[in-house]
Amino acid sequence: MTRYPRWKFFLLLAVLVLCGLYALPNIYPDVPAVQVSAADAGDEVSTGTREKIRSTLDQAGLNHGDGEAVNSSWLIRMDNTDQQLRARALLSKTLGDQYIVALNLAPTTPGWLRALGASPMNLGLDLRGGVHFLLQVDMDTVVKQRMDAWSGQAKMALKNAGVRYRDVIIDDQTLTVKFDDQVAADAARAPLRTALPEFKLSQPEARPEINLTLNPTAIKEIEDYAVDQNRTALNNRVNELGVAEAIVQRQGADRIVVELPGVQDAAQARRILGRTATLEFRLVADNYSAERAATGVAPPGTEIFPFRDQNNRPVLLEKAKIAAGDQVTNASMGFDQQSGQPQVNVSLDATGARSMQRVTGKNVGHPMAVLFIETKTEMTSVVDKDGKRTQEPRSTTDRYVINVATIQDTLGSRFRITGLDSPAEASELALLLRAGSLAAPVTIVEERTVGPSLGAENIEAGLKSMLLGMALVLAFMLVWYKLFGLFANIALLGNLVIIVGVMSLIPGATLTLPGIAGIVLTVGMAVDANVLIYERIRENIRRGMRPREAIEEGYSRAFVTILDANITTMIVAVILFSAGTGSVQGFAVTLFIGILSSMFTAIIGTRAMVEMVYGRGARAPAKLSI
Amino acid sequence: MSNKAPLNVNFMAPRKILGVMSIILVVGSLILLGTRGLNLGMDFTGGTTVVVQGEQDIDTDQVREALSGNGFGDAVVQYYGSAREVSIRVSPREDADADKVGHQVFDLIAGQIGNISLLKVEFVGPQVGDELRDQSGLALLMALGLMLVYVWFRFTNKFAVSTVSALIHDVIITLGLFSLLQWPFDLTVLAAVLALIGYSLNDSIVVADRIRENFRNSRETDPTAIINGAINETLSRTINTSFTTMLVLVALFLFGGEVMRAFSEALLVGIFIGTYSSIYVVANLLFTFKVSKDDFLVATKEEVDDMP
Repeated sequence: MTRYPRWKFFLLLAVLVLCGLYALPNIYPDVPAVQVSAADAGDEVSTGTREKIRSTLDQAGLNHGDGEAVNSSWLIRMDNTDQQLRARALLSKTLGDQYIVALNLAPTTPGWLRALGASPMNLGLDLRGGVHFLLQVDMDTVVKQRMDAWSGQAKMALKNAGVRYRDVIIDDQTLTVKFDDQVAADAARAPLRTALPEFKLSQPEARPEINLTLNPTAIKEIEDYAVDQNRTALNNRVNELGVAEAIVQRQGADRIVVELPGVQDAAQARRILGRTATLEFRLVADNYSAERAATGVAPPGTEIFPFRDQNNRPVLLEKAKIAAGDQVTNASMGFDQQSGQPQVNVSLDATGARSMQRVTGKNVGHPMAVLFIETKTEMTSVVDKDGKRTQEPRSTTDRYVINVATIQDTLGSRFRITGLDSPAEASELALLLRAGSLAAPVTIVEERTVGPSLGAENIEAGLKSMLLGMALVLAFMLVWYKLFGLFANIALLGNLVIIVGVMSLIPGATLTLPGIAGIVLTVGMAVDANVLIYERIRENIRRGMRPREAIEEGYSRAFVTILDANITTMIVAVILFSAGTGSVQGFAVTLFIGILSSMFTAIIGTRAMVEMVYGRGARAPAKLSI
Repeated sequence: MSNKAPLNVNFMAPRKILGVMSIILVVGSLILLGTRGLNLGMDFTGGTTVVVQGEQDIDTDQVREALSGNGFGDAVVQYYGSAREVSIRVSPREDADADKVGHQVFDLIAGQIGNISLLKVEFVGPQVGDELRDQSGLALLMALGLMLVYVWFRFTNKFAVSTVSALIHDVIITLGLFSLLQWPFDLTVLAAVLALIGYSLNDSIVVADRIRENFRNSRETDPTAIINGAINETLSRTINTSFTTMLVLVALFLFGGEVMRAFSEALLVGIFIGTYSSIYVVANLLFTFKVSKDDFLVATKEEVDDMP
C-alpha cells in the first residue's frame, strides 16, 4: 500500500481553516441600524450632525450604539426593528432634506474578522425581504423620437445647401427623401452625408430619391444611451428613497433591474421610480428690474421662480416656453474649443428646434433660463368626512431655475449652454437635462416583493429543513457504515463549512431560499461519493482482499465514477444559472459549490481520516468497521 | 452488514414487461402533456400573485367577494400554508396598469377584512413570462443535449443514447405526473427537474461504469449476465444514495414552506423514477442495442491513459 501523501493533509487542513474563518461571520447576527448620509453624494456627515443625531435619539429615550462611519455615511446600531423604525422617522424629521435616513443592518462581526475581509453571506430578497423590479425601457419610442429629430436635421441640411426636396418620410428606421428629379437627388447626397453620419445612404436607380438607413451601431448607441440614462436617473431616485445596498443594474439590451432590500412599502418605491421630471426653456423677463421680482408679485405675462443655486433668488421669467424637456433628444457635457470653458451640448427635436430658432433669432443678447419641473405623487393621510383616516395620492410639483445664460446667436436643433462654473456643474446639468428629457419611458415588467416577516419565515424554514435533513442523513450513515459512516459525517460537516465559507468569500454570491434547498440537496447527494467508495470497499473485502488493499482499491476505483457522475450535475448547474432568474440562480450556485466541495471532502477528507485510523502508523487492521 | 452475501437478483428477467410499462408511461405522459398540459405557474404565464397574512384566520369567501365585485372575478384564492395566510393569483391583464394589480388587490382585501399584512407580491409581465418559458424549454433541451455529448465522450454511443433516453424517460414521466395532478409548475420546479437530470444521470453513470468495467475485466461474455451482475453489484449504492437524497427531500417537503413544496415533490417523484430507470431503462436499452465486449475494446485504447 502506497503511503498517503502528507501534502493532502495540509491542503485539507488549510482549506478547512480558511473556509471556517470566512464562514465565521455568519454566526454573528446582523442588528438593525439606521444609516444617515448627506443628500449630496460624497459629502460627509459632519461632527455637528453626529452630535445632533445622538442628542435626538437620547431625548427620545432610544437606546443606540455609538455610531460608526461606513463609506461616507454614518451608521447607528439600534436595539430592535421597532426602535429602528422610530429612530428613522424621528431622524428624518429632525435632519430634514439635507440628509437621507435609511434603514440598514449592521454586522456584528468582530473587528479582527472584518480586518481579514470576512463578512457574512449576502442574503437574497426572498430571505431578507425587499422589492425587486424589472423595468423595460421602451426602445420603439426612443428610436421614433430620434428619427423625428433626424428627419428635421435632414430637412435643415437640405435647406441650408439650397437643395429642393419634395418630402422626407420616416419608415421605422429608414428615412426616405424624395426629390423632383435625379439632379436634385445627386446634389443632396453630400449635405445629407455630412448632416447624418449615423445613416447609410443608398440611391435607388428608378426614382429620384435617397434612402437613409440607420446603422446598426447607431441603433445600439441609441439603446445604450437610453438605458444608461434611465439607469442613472433611476439610481438617483433610488438614492433619494434612502435604501441601503440598493442595486440598479442593466440587464440585457433594454432592461433595468432595481433591487431594494428591506423596503417594505413597494407602492412608495414604485411611485418614486415612476416620478417624472422635465424642463422648460424660457426667456428671462429682463425688461423688469430684479427688484420687481423680489416683491413677489409677477407682472402680467411673467412668473417668478427661485434660482436654486443662488440661494433661491427669485427670477422673473416669461410665461411662454420656448421648448420643453420632452423635445430634448440628447445632452452631454463638453468644453468650449477656444476658451476651454465647460458647456452642455443640447440637441432638440424638429419642433423644439423650429421654436428655438424663431425665438432666439429675435432675442440675441437677452438671457434665457432653464426651468426644472419635477412632479412627485405622494400618498398623504387625509381625514374624510366620516372622520376616518384614509390615504390619498397627492401630486406636488417643484419648479426652479437651474441655469440662466445669455443668448449669443440664433439657436437651432443643436446648441450649447455656457456660463457654467465648473465641469461638475456642466455634467450635472447635462444629466438633469437627460433625466428630464424622459427619452425612454419605462414600464415595470416584473415585480417581486417579499415582506420582511416572510423573509424571516423563509430563513427559518430553510434552516429547519437543513437541520432535519442533515440529522437523518448523519444517522443513516452512522448506522449503515459505522466508523466509516462517522468519517463521512465529519466530512459532510466540513463540506457545509466549505460551502458557507465559499459563499461568504465570493462577493457576488447570494444565498436564496432555493439556494438553501441546493445546500440541503447537496447534503443528501454528497454522501453518494462515500457510499460508492464504501460499497466498493465492502465488495473488495467480500472478494477476500486485505483491508488496506480494499481501501486503496476502493478509493481509486470509485474516483473516476464519482468524477463522471458529479461533472454532469455541475454542467446542469451552469445551464440552470444561465437560464434562471435571481432566486433560482441561487440554487445553481450552491449546487455547483456544494458538489465541488463535496468531492473534496468526501474523497480527500474521508481518506485522510481513514489513513489516520487504518494507515501506516497503525497496525495492519484485521477487520474494518464498515 | 459487510458480511452479507452480495445480492443476486435476476433483474433482466422482467425486462420486457417493464420495458412495455415504461413505454406506456412515457406515451401516457406525452398525451397528458399534449392535452391537459402543465399547470404553469406565474413565472411562465405572467400575472400577479399576492400573499397576505391576517391577524386571525382568513375566510377565503370574503376575499373572493371583495375581489369579484371589483373586476377580479377570475382571481384564484387559496390558503398558503396556514389558514391565516392566503394567496391570490390574478391572470395577466391587457391594460397599461397591469403592474399595479398586486397593490390594488391588496387594498381591496384590506378594505374588506381589515388588518392584514402583505407577505409577498409577484408580478410578471406576459412578455417576461413568455421569455422565461422559452428559456426554460431551451435549458431543458440544452441540459439533455450536453449530457448526451458528455456520455458519448466518456463512454460509447450506445451508452450515451441509453442513458440520455433514460433521462428523457424520467423527465417526461415526472412532467406527466405534474400534468395529471395539475401541480403548479414554476421556475423552482424547473430547477428541480434540471437537478433531477443531473441526479438521474449520476445514477445511470454509476451503473454504466460498472457494466463497462465488467465487460472489460470479466471473462464472462454473455451480456445478460454481465449487465445483471453490474446492476446487482451497484444496487446497494443505488438504493442508499437515493435513500439519503430522499431523506433530505422529505425534510424540505415538511419544513421548507410553500415555495419548496413543489420543488421537493418534483425531486421526490423524479428520483424514484430515476432510480428505477437507471436500473431498468439503461440496461434494457443497452440490451436492445446489443451491447457487447467489442464496444469497449475500441474505447479502451483512448481511455486507458486517463485511468489512474
